[in-house]
Amino acid sequence: MAIIRDIFKRNKDSKEATMPSKAAKDVPEGLMTKCPNCKEITLTKDLEKNNKVCPKCDHHFKMTAHERINGLLDAGSFESMDDHLKSENPLGFPGYAEKVQADSEKTGLNEAVLTGSGKLQGQDIVLAVMDSHFRMGSMGSVVGEKITRAIEAATDRKLPFIIFTASGGARMQEGVLSLMQMAKTSVALKRHSNEGLLFVSVLTHPTTGGVSASFASVGDINIAEPKALIGFAGRRVIEQTVREKLPEDFQTAEFLLDHGQLDAVVHRASMQNTLATIVRLHMKGAVANG
Amino acid sequence: MPFEEPLIQLRAKISELKEYTATAEVDLSSEIKSLEDRFSKLEEEIYENMKPWDRVQVARHPERPTTLDYIPLIFNDFIEMHGDRLYGDDAAIVSGIASFHGQPVTIIGHQRGKDTKENVRRNFGMPHPEGYRKALRLMKQAEKFKRPIICLIDTKGAYPGKAAEERGQSEAIARNLVEMAGLEVPVLSIVIGEGGSGGALALGVGNQILMLENSTFSVISPEGAASILWKDSALAQTAAEAMKITAPDLLEMKIIEHMIPEVRGGAHHDPQKQASIISEAIRRSLEELNGMSGEELVDQRYRKFKSIGVFSE
Repeated sequence: MAIIRDIFKRNKDSKEATMPSKAAKDVPEGLMTKCPNCKEITLTKDLEKNNKVCPKCDHHFKMTAHERINGLLDAGSFESMDDHLKSENPLGFPGYAEKVQADSEKTGLNEAVLTGSGKLQGQDIVLAVMDSHFRMGSMGSVVGEKITRAIEAATDRKLPFIIFTASGGARMQEGVLSLMQMAKTSVALKRHSNEGLLFVSVLTHPTTGGVSASFASVGDINIAEPKALIGFAGRRVIEQTVREKLPEDFQTAEFLLDHGQLDAVVHRASMQNTLATIVRLHMKGAVANG
Repeated sequence: MPFEEPLIQLRAKISELKEYTATAEVDLSSEIKSLEDRFSKLEEEIYENMKPWDRVQVARHPERPTTLDYIPLIFNDFIEMHGDRLYGDDAAIVSGIASFHGQPVTIIGHQRGKDTKENVRRNFGMPHPEGYRKALRLMKQAEKFKRPIICLIDTKGAYPGKAAEERGQSEAIARNLVEMAGLEVPVLSIVIGEGGSGGALALGVGNQILMLENSTFSVISPEGAASILWKDSALAQTAAEAMKITAPDLLEMKIIEHMIPEVRGGAHHDPQKQASIISEAIRRSLEELNGMSGEELVDQRYRKFKSIGVFSE
């Protein structure tokens, strides 16, 4: 049993291992995946077929932006935009450029959000998907710019805008420029809204800080995935401030639903149908207003 | 202030000498004169070369004038308005109507306390959602009556508490950002002390952002940045420089329109005079904005924020 546990240790742990165990060599990495919640081990292939939701406990695994889009949009319909934007190092933080570069190579993305247009059950939409594998999904100048341009594209083409958020908040290495991306995306959203167009925010794990306190929270419709962590301030900061133990479910999607902050919590298996229905129910109005 | 230490020592020495001459039969007036000359030279040297960390200290000075100190010095006929009509009244934000050179205006500002008792009442100037919702209510009211909105920013940040999360701190801030974008009246945001993160920005989507010379505007406090970046909050001083959070920094990055000079040593040295400098800055900015139509104001604000960001393509 101990050997098996070694095999399925998380990547973080295996990086620190000096000698790979003999057994580890015999099992190709990534063939099986262990659920961080219930510890159930599933064939990675089966997990992917199941929308990366644990078949035993329903835990929603993190998804990359590409996985999300593949599972959501009609096959082959996605056209990405602004893949050419590159982050700079405006405050000259040592090592920042290298970190961005490394995450770019790791994820195949130019930044922590993938934007573009595509078809959702035959309906045209503009979509932005944040990816927490890239600098924790944090928002710097490029993330702000890409989301802003996506919103503007939706405004120009009179299309619904849907965003999947996943972010630790503002990107510290870009200082106040990151903070200002909250305002930048907001002025673009206001224009989109003034055209009578639909904005749906889908909050996924985790959505906190400056992203939670800007576009993520102001969809015409806000929905979240089960158990997603959503909040303004970090749990530890709050515990230190208020000096009390916070409930187990604090800042989960279900907690927010209970407190009137969300329209719905939607299981990943129903996400495509739910979003497509929402878009469909807004089609006529959008046309009439246009 | 630690950086003022040499001045304090020299001042003490001068008054010591003065006292001595008053009682003893010696004439030390030439020595006193030369020390006083040295004092003013040193004063100039210290105050003209303030480091970012010095400015952080001044911005946080307990005696630094607050929103409620400035209001009677800058405006007439101020009437405070309370409550968000949804939950409660947040004392960490004050708001109301007043007249500025005969023009009705709406004023909204963070309010911290100057002593412990007042700070407890004002929650150290850290608002809950109801504070931001009160601010938005007053902004919409200003829009209805076509009067300019003047926001005074002075907060460490929105309050990180359990109740704040339950009542939607994120949504309250986010809503203000979006709604401020659409206001068809002039919006002037002035950072008078600390401009801490989203909690400051929620009053910051103005046609112009002005900052007092010794105020700061940042995504995170220097202490917070140091503890995250270098796992050591004692490096706050280094972080204050690296994060570029002072008024001169933001002016250079073209995020703010104007820097408002401060009286020597910081606003707390002469609140009255400081108020008149701020008043003049407000007059000048409103003059620029008053002539614009609602549509032009929305458009100008849109273009201002859309242009912020550094990247290559």
